Amino acid sequence: MAEILSEPFFQRALLAGLGIALVAGPVGCFIVWRRMAYFGETLAHSGLFGVGLGLLLGFSLTLGAVATAVAVAILLMLMKRQRVLATDTLLGILSHSSLALGLITVGLVTGAAGDHMDLLFGDILTVSSRDVMIVWAGGAAVLLVLAFLWRDLIAISVHEDLAQAEGVNVQRVELGFILLIALMTAISMKIVGLLLITALLVIPAAAARRLSATPERMAVIAAAMAGVAVMAGLALSAFANAISGPAIVLSAGLLFVLTLVIPQRN
Amino acid sequence: MLKATNAILSARDASLVIGGRTILDRVNIDVRPNEIVTVIGPNGAGKSTLVRCMLGLQPLSSGEIVRAKSLRIGYVPQRFPLIPNVPLDVRRLLSLTLKPSEDEIDAALAETGIPHLKNATVTRLSGGELQRALLARALLRKPDLLVLDEPVQAVDFMGEARMYELISEVRKRHRCGILMVSHDLHMVMAESDHVICLNGHVCCEGGPVKVQQDPEFAKLFGPSAARMIAAYTHHHDHDHEGHNHHHDHKH
Repeated sequence: MAEILSEPFFQRALLAGLGIALVAGPVGCFIVWRRMAYFGETLAHSGLFGVGLGLLLGFSLTLGAVATAVAVAILLMLMKRQRVLATDTLLGILSHSSLALGLITVGLVTGAAGDHMDLLFGDILTVSSRDVMIVWAGGAAVLLVLAFLWRDLIAISVHEDLAQAEGVNVQRVELGFILLIALMTAISMKIVGLLLITALLVIPAAAARRLSATPERMAVIAAAMAGVAVMAGLALSAFANAISGPAIVLSAGLLFVLTLVIPQRN
Repeated sequence: MLKATNAILSARDASLVIGGRTILDRVNIDVRPNEIVTVIGPNGAGKSTLVRCMLGLQPLSSGEIVRAKSLRIGYVPQRFPLIPNVPLDVRRLLSLTLKPSEDEIDAALAETGIPHLKNATVTRLSGGELQRALLARALLRKPDLLVLDEPVQAVDFMGEARMYELISEVRKRHRCGILMVSHDLHMVMAESDHVICLNGHVCCEGGPVKVQQDPEFAKLFGPSAARMIAAYTHHHDHDHEGHNHHHDHKH
C-alpha cells in the first residue's frame, strides 16, 4: 500500500489536492461567515460554460472558467439592484441556467456531456505536472490577495453596515473576494469538479467553526480539515476506485460529523 | 423656523424611493454639537433607513446629506447578528476597523461597565452586554457624534433604564452629539433636545413637550400614548420641565 506513494501520478495528485486544501480552508471560512454558499456554487456552475467556450474556441479552460465566473458575479451584482426577485431566486436562475448552458456547450464539442465527467466531479488521479503548477501558482495568488483583504473582509463579515460606516470600501473588498472565488473555482475544478467545489469550501470551514475561538484559528483548522479530507478522498479514489470529487467531499462530510462529537467551545 | 448653521450632520430634503415605494419623503434633520436628537415613529416609518442614509450607507433618490468636515461618528447599528458566524472575542470586536491599544480597550470597556468581558466570546454576551460592547466600540473612535439605532433593543426592562443612563453619562463626558432612533417614548420625552416624529415624512418635530402636544403625535401613536406620556412628563416635571423649556425656545 505504501508503494503507491512512490508513484508519480499519486504524488502529483497529493500535491495538487493539498494545494487546494490549503486555499479552500481560509476561502471557505469567508463563504461560511458571509453566508455565500449558494453564491459560490453559482460561480462554480457558471465556470462550466467557460470551459465549454474554451473547448469550442480553443483557449485555456482555466481562463474560460475564471472569465465566466466573474461575468456571472458581475451580472448578479447588477441584478441584485432590482428588488423584484429575492437573491436566492436569482442565484437559482443563474446557477442552473449557466450549468445547463455549460453542459450543452461542452456537449457540442465532445458529443456527449458524459465525456466530461471529470469537469463536473474531478479526476485527481490524472492531474498533470502542469495542473499541479496551476494549482500552486493560483493558490498562492489567492492566499496573497486574501491576506491583503483579510482585516476588511472580517470587518464586513461581522457587520457590513458597521464596516462601511467606519470607512471600509465594501464594494472593492467584495469585488476582490468574488475574484478570489472565481480563481479558486478554476484551479480546483480538475480536483473536486465544478459541482462539488462549494462543498470543499463550506464543509471544512463549518467543521472548524466549533473548534475555533478566533477567525485566524478557524482558517488554519479549516485548511487542515480540508487537507485530511483530500488525503482520505485520494485514498478512496486510489484504492476503492471512487470518483475523486465525491470521495473528497464525502470524507469532509464524515470529518464534520466527527467534530460534532467534540463539545463546542465557542 | 430658523435654520441653524452650526449643524454637524444634516439631511436636506432627503427622499428615497425604492421600487416605486416612497420610503423617505423630503426629510430635513439637523444634528447640532452636544445635542440629543431622537427619531421616533411606527414600524416601517423609515427610521433606520434615514439613519443609514445619514451615514452614507444608502444613497438618496434626491436631496442631500451635509456632514461637517472631519466629523467623527461612532455608530451602533440596530441589527447585530446575535449568533455571528465569525468567532470573535470582545477585544477583537473592538479592533475590527481600528487598532486601539490594550489601555484604550480597557478604558472603553470600563466606561461602559463591562471591563470583565474583554476576553469573552461575543456569542456568549447577553443583549445588554453586546450593546455595551458596541457602545465601547463606538467610543473608541472618539466620536463627535454617536449614532444609536434602537440602543435598548434586546435589553431587558431593568437594563433599559441603565442603558439610557449610560448613554446620558457618556454624552456628558465625551461632549458628543447623539442621533438616536428609539421606540421608547418615555426616554425620548425625558432626555431629548429635539424629537422628530417620522412616518416616511416628518410628521411633527420640536422639543419633547411641543411634540407630545402635537395632534400628529397623537395620530401616530394613538391618543392613549399621548396621554401616557403626558402623565409621565407631568410626573417628572420637577426634573425636566426647565430643561425642555429652554430648548423649546432655542428651536
